[in-house]
Amino acid sequence: MVNMIWGCFIIIGILSFFIQGDFSLLNETILKSTKNAFDLTIQLFPMMALWLGIMKIASSSGLLQKLSHLLYPLLSKLFPEIPKNDESFSFIASNIIANLFGLGNAATPFGLKAMKSLQTINKKKDTASRSMITFLAINTSGLTMIPTTIISMRLMYGSKHPTEIVFACIFATACSTIAALLLDRYYAKKEEKKCR
Amino acid sequence: MQIISSFLLPFLILVVIFYGIIKKVPIYDVFIEGAKESYEMILSLFPCMLGMTLGVNLLLKGNLISFLLSYLSFLPIPKEVIPMTLLRSISGSTTLAFMNHLFELYGPDSLIGRLASVIQGSTDTTIYILTLYFGSIGIKKTKYALKVGLFADLIGIIASVIAVELFF
Repeated sequence: MVNMIWGCFIIIGILSFFIQGDFSLLNETILKSTKNAFDLTIQLFPMMALWLGIMKIASSSGLLQKLSHLLYPLLSKLFPEIPKNDESFSFIASNIIANLFGLGNAATPFGLKAMKSLQTINKKKDTASRSMITFLAINTSGLTMIPTTIISMRLMYGSKHPTEIVFACIFATACSTIAALLLDRYYAKKEEKKCR
Repeated sequence: MQIISSFLLPFLILVVIFYGIIKKVPIYDVFIEGAKESYEMILSLFPCMLGMTLGVNLLLKGNLISFLLSYLSFLPIPKEVIPMTLLRSISGSTTLAFMNHLFELYGPDSLIGRLASVIQGSTDTTIYILTLYFGSIGIKKTKYALKVGLFADLIGIIASVIAVELFF
């Protein structure tokens, strides 16, 4: 699926340049993309190192485990595949909490740690496990209570009520998260039947 | 709200360090050890970033979107916001720039400004997250993950339109 989409992006993109006949812009786009990708990756680096370091202290001191115990009743229902007391729970819990408070650049390293730890209990290493997909369903649906970036942008453009959109955002993100989880459940059940 | 979230990050660090000291963890050594894990993560991320940025940039700069727009004017949403709905799952930085552009033209407190804010805030960039997260651990078969993500985006956008009508 991802292979197809990526192929389509590239083919459609290049063909639409051909139709317009703008070859210099096409070449410039290709060159700039590589630099863009590099910048994006490097931008992630410092914050990631910081949070992975802080996170390590939190997990060595047992703080993280406490946190995941708190959220365990909810998480164990969402991720029935993960064995009890697995460390995945603490990373998933921190990722969800960081997302809820709109701390995007803390959420990403936690999320990547969670994926890594889910991979250790994954049976087929090249295939996404059910828990991974559920976890990403929550992440892609943009679960958040305080959309910090948007509030600060609104403030920057002189909004009189920069936070007035918060409840509408919570409503919309709740709808999309619930929809994602329902569809995820549906596919997981379907897959289970196939395996039997 | 702004104050809460700018207060939160430093507070979080404070709590973690404090708790570490109480539990007698060698905090500095452990911090360095954890931070080192970022090298490996960054290295495995770059190829995925490269692939996706190339695809997305070619698609966006090819101006296909403006062509599609002329066919989508029947939708019951302000036409200024339609590009955001199309691009939200593909490129978060593009829709963020677009939201800024709409704020500049119509103001953040207008109907269009509010709708743009809610669309930007209610869902996340599905393609980016899937590439990043699956790429970092070398998953090649993603099964139904993309379908779930894109479906959630669609519902999120519909819910945003409804929410703006309901709340304002």
